[in-house]
Amino acid sequence: MDSNQVQVMNSPVDLKPEDFKKIGADEKQAEVIQRESISALRDAWQRLCANKLAMTALWVLGFIVVASILGPFISEWVHGYDYYSNDLLATNESPSATHWFGTDDLGRDMFVRTWMGARISLFVGLVAACIDLIIGVIYGGTMGFFGGRIDEIMNKFSEILYSIPYLLVTILLLVVLEPSLGTIILALTITGWINMSWIVRGEIMQLKNREFVLASRSMGAGSGRLLFRHLLPNAVGPIIVTVTLSVPNAIFAEAFLSFLGLGVQAPVASLGSMINDALTGWLYYPWRMLFPATVISLTMLAFNIFGDGLRDALDPKLKK
Amino acid sequence: MVRYIANKFFYMLVSLFILISATFFLMKAIPGDPFTSEKKVPDQIRERLYEQYGFDKPVYQQYLKYLGDVVQGDFGISMKKINREVSDIITGSFAPSLKLGLVAIVVAVIIGVSFGVLAALYHRRLLDNITMVLAVLGIAVPSFVIATLLQYVFASKLHWLPTMGFKGPLYYFLPVAALSAQPIAFIARLTRSSMLEVLHADYIKTAKAKGLNWIAILFRHVIRNGIMPVVTYLGPMTANIVTGSVVIEQIFGIGGIGKQFVDAISGRDYPVIMGITIFYGVLLMIARFITDIAYVFVDPRIKLSKGKEG
Repeated sequence: MDSNQVQVMNSPVDLKPEDFKKIGADEKQAEVIQRESISALRDAWQRLCANKLAMTALWVLGFIVVASILGPFISEWVHGYDYYSNDLLATNESPSATHWFGTDDLGRDMFVRTWMGARISLFVGLVAACIDLIIGVIYGGTMGFFGGRIDEIMNKFSEILYSIPYLLVTILLLVVLEPSLGTIILALTITGWINMSWIVRGEIMQLKNREFVLASRSMGAGSGRLLFRHLLPNAVGPIIVTVTLSVPNAIFAEAFLSFLGLGVQAPVASLGSMINDALTGWLYYPWRMLFPATVISLTMLAFNIFGDGLRDALDPKLKK
Repeated sequence: MVRYIANKFFYMLVSLFILISATFFLMKAIPGDPFTSEKKVPDQIRERLYEQYGFDKPVYQQYLKYLGDVVQGDFGISMKKINREVSDIITGSFAPSLKLGLVAIVVAVIIGVSFGVLAALYHRRLLDNITMVLAVLGIAVPSFVIATLLQYVFASKLHWLPTMGFKGPLYYFLPVAALSAQPIAFIARLTRSSMLEVLHADYIKTAKAKGLNWIAILFRHVIRNGIMPVVTYLGPMTANIVTGSVVIEQIFGIGGIGKQFVDAISGRDYPVIMGITIFYGVLLMIARFITDIAYVFVDPRIKLSKGKEG
């Protein structure tokens, strides 16, 4: 490059030919990683951050979680109402300065109860999703990893279990066991893990024939190491997405059970049981329905949108 | 092909058998029996009752008898409604539920598919965006919230439609809308994504190159291939609508089978709970079976790959 060309480029720095030196192709230099290396998860996170809708959903979820933790205390500090305190002179009141969300038919503060309900619903949803995750990963991992006869038998078993309608099993179990938080979660997870196990199985089956697994195996890695260090970490994307999308399902199932009177029992309330309670005479006291219904809808909406966003971020190939 | 159907059918029977057995043994696991009431019954009468209902026999004999009865459509006698057979209660309340469910399924398929087709044709434009926002809302918002909202706006405030009951065509609008909202959203999303795939397929280009007019391409090629995934959703949709109807019937005061189910559960009327559970189970498993079969018939590409598996 001579000075003439530098002039043409309108460079602010006056460059002379002697400023340039010839460098040969240095193989060592060519191999040096110039950019900071980004792990797959960080790459996905950056893609997720760019997705405004998913981030909004994440913020909404964060808000609901924080509100369900702090909300009940706020009302207690500001107005002195706790979860159980009722004022029979102020039943079915519309929202006001003292009762921000109004009161229910026993004069209990709806603000406290809505966030407590959200707490219970979120708890049920998250715990059920975690149990599904654990069982699903173990079962699905075993199926996918060992394959053959074991896979066939285990898969048949889960297929038969799956073809029994989910909510019917749940209802039956809860009719027999007295409904409580524990039994509800048990009933929700008894067949809830199957979907997860199939997803894990599919992923593992795809991954286990790849070169890096062969490499690891030839270096003497055992089954446990292969499964937990190599196969599962590579399947983490679909697993996370499935967890995210199974939380709203569990929340909805709990709300549905509350409708049948098989959800959490009074005095504990979930969003579903509050909506069910509000159903009698709700045309006259719409706020009793409005607040729990809004919170449950927002929660499910946010989980769904966030889950979709997560899927796009973790596996950009799937995006349509 | 025959083997595939036989295989699926066998699965259905096994699951059904497990469901029936599970209901029987779970109900047996509940402490007490139907005649444990507050009123003390003389021992002789109790023995007589036990004999009449077969409770004096060992559990396995009761189980075999129950299996036999269920196969013949006899679910025993309700404990709360004196002398009413469970099968009677089911057949008596099935009509409104069936009507509601069928209308909801038809509405869901028609509206869902048309939304999906429109969204795909106007891909990345306003109509597409609106449809997809609605679809996300429809999937996320629980049906009972939609139902109460509809009831509030259209019945209570605007007085356009009746609030409750099930007496004429006007009464269908709100429950059907609430019941089909979620399936519509699912079908719209399914149809849209598969339509988008089909629209870019080579055979569409070929059809265009042949000089076929756009309407013919759309109906003969695009939509016919595009709605394929909807068939797979048939089974889950039936489940969705059946469970949904339990709640919707409650909200709109429709005396269908779902309402009987809720009443039986709150009244702990065990024979009715068992009967309706098994009834729903049969319904849903048949729907899934039909879906599995229809899937193969509709899409010949699947038949080949499935056929290899056995």
